[in-house]
Amino acid sequence: MSNAAAVRRVVGRGCVLRGDDIDTDRIIPARYLRAITFEGLGEHAFEDDRKQAKGDHPLDQERYTGSSIFIVGHNFGCGSSREHAPQALRRFGFRAFVGGSFAEIFFGNCVALGLPCAVLCQEDLARLMDSVELDPEQEIVLDLEAGTLISRAGGMRVEIPDGARHQLLEGTWNATAVLLDAGPAIEATAARLPYVAGFVAPPAQPSRS
Amino acid sequence: MAPAASTPLGRTLFDKVWDAHSVRELPNGQTQLFIGLHLIHEVTSPQAFAMLHDMGLPVRFPGRTFATVDHIIPTDSQLRPLSDSVAEAMMSELERNCRKHGIRFFDPASGHQGIVHVIGPELGLTQPGMTIACGDSHTSTHGAFGGVAFGVGTSQVRDVLATQCLTLSRPRVRRIEVTGKLASGVYAKDVILTIIRHLGVNGGVGFAYEYAGPVFEAMTLEERMTVCNMSIEGGARCGYVNPDESTFAYLRGREFAPKGEAWNRALTWWRAIASEAGAHYADHVQLDGAAIGPTVTWGINPGQSVGVDERLPILRELPDKERAAVEEALLYMDLRPGQPILGTKIDVAFIGSCTNGRISDLREAARVARRGRVNQGVRALVVPGSHAVARQAEAEGLDEVFRSAGFQWREPGCSMCLAMNPDKLIGREMCASSSNRNFKGRQGSPTGRTLLMSPAMVAAAALHGRVVDARELL
Repeated sequence: MSNAAAVRRVVGRGCVLRGDDIDTDRIIPARYLRAITFEGLGEHAFEDDRKQAKGDHPLDQERYTGSSIFIVGHNFGCGSSREHAPQALRRFGFRAFVGGSFAEIFFGNCVALGLPCAVLCQEDLARLMDSVELDPEQEIVLDLEAGTLISRAGGMRVEIPDGARHQLLEGTWNATAVLLDAGPAIEATAARLPYVAGFVAPPAQPSRS
Repeated sequence: MAPAASTPLGRTLFDKVWDAHSVRELPNGQTQLFIGLHLIHEVTSPQAFAMLHDMGLPVRFPGRTFATVDHIIPTDSQLRPLSDSVAEAMMSELERNCRKHGIRFFDPASGHQGIVHVIGPELGLTQPGMTIACGDSHTSTHGAFGGVAFGVGTSQVRDVLATQCLTLSRPRVRRIEVTGKLASGVYAKDVILTIIRHLGVNGGVGFAYEYAGPVFEAMTLEERMTVCNMSIEGGARCGYVNPDESTFAYLRGREFAPKGEAWNRALTWWRAIASEAGAHYADHVQLDGAAIGPTVTWGINPGQSVGVDERLPILRELPDKERAAVEEALLYMDLRPGQPILGTKIDVAFIGSCTNGRISDLREAARVARRGRVNQGVRALVVPGSHAVARQAEAEGLDEVFRSAGFQWREPGCSMCLAMNPDKLIGREMCASSSNRNFKGRQGSPTGRTLLMSPAMVAAAALHGRVVDARELL
């Protein structure tokens, strides 16, 4: 049952950010988490890195203006679980991430927002980065159905774990509706767990509901 | 149904907990997992409640969610209204949401407020065999009790509020065995920093870590929490230690722990949930505990560390692919390749956080603080992890030990671990910190610098104004 827009393809220009282990504190500094909504986060994406790069950060380079596919290194999004990180990048304009690998909580947060994170092998990632840096105007097509990424660097195979791929393709990435579908099976599972009722029943008893 | 049935192959704690909490397999191959305990705080929950409201959904199991305020709360005074108006607005929002949905809120007035990962265990909410979720990456802390604890984002906080479930892919289990015995003056913090140094900050991706062997068996629950806390820093989805007599002794008598007959039933279930001999693991790693020394980070991720008597990496000795990252880190930290970490000057000392803000951490730091006075020009903060920790420390006179040595004794909260409250580094300040992350800008100044180490090492650095070997002061 779909509950959100299916994400089959992302087409757009790329933006290359080199470097591994880029953490979510860098993506969105903690001071911007002092709010009760996600509004306005886009303009603060990578704020401190951008200030220190004095206009030379990829997010500020004119050649990448309007890009929607963020091309990154390994272990992107490590550290804090803040969903503010993908929220900020989405609000900045990114619709997909392509990289060497992604930190797991960041990956899960992206899926929950309908943002695919696709993994390329080292060799392909290096070729894609070089190609997009030389020719940032080129169109990139990330095809989740075919599991490919097509650019002027050629066709490449991307890896997206099956679970997430299906959620995006089927438009079931907003998990709440899927989880609610389990109905009373949730309460039945709870009833089988002795701690939920404070160990009042002997542990070997079958469920009471 | 008890998850006790053993199979010829032997099952891990992780397998048993996962299977017992599985509501169903989803068409995409993921599992719908029931979450036994949900902890929330003021930073990652307001948007989740707003989404719930937009969807017109109630909280499915309000009795299984507990709240506290930790990230934004000032540590100079918790008097309402909070002096920081944004913090006051965020705390009020949490209060409103808890009241509306019937969720228990441990606010400062309750006497139980503190860092979410400190209060869950000390109240006895965190128990073996549970699945636990919280909108905070350091939720892995709770695995110290033999549970499976996940840090999640805000959309998943919404999912848990609405359904008490998460959709998750099953990670593989890596058993990390630390053999032998730790030397005197070597702490749980040194063990986990060493593990991350060996396996890398992304070495744990796709894994749950099971910490096993004599070093973890000998640890107190507070020490195990320090280890499990930083599992996420190694890239692992969660980390745990099998429950044992130490676990049960810690839990006995705590407010939310089972009592009377229920306690005996709980013990039976908890014992049965532990990994079995001969259980299958996807991977094994073994380290020698006796070889671990006091450890200090020098870079901009928690894997960039050295033993206190070692030197920083020399660029030409590194493989090509590592050089750029080391160069970037050294440049940011303003440290030289090959220099000793000993003697590195510091401006600030921070003792606290969900990693090292518990009573045993403060006792170790106080042992060192008794030996001198905070060096001139060093700003030193001690921030207890909770009101319960603060009360215990004050009963033991530790607050006086710290104050008379020149440390500031503060109210409980996350404080300078991530500087969402007024406790921040200024400019290029270098901070010796007992927290968990040395990322660029982590402690509140975009150019601030962090050296992670144990609380005793932080206290020693505070007295000397530079990194020293705390074993000389213990």
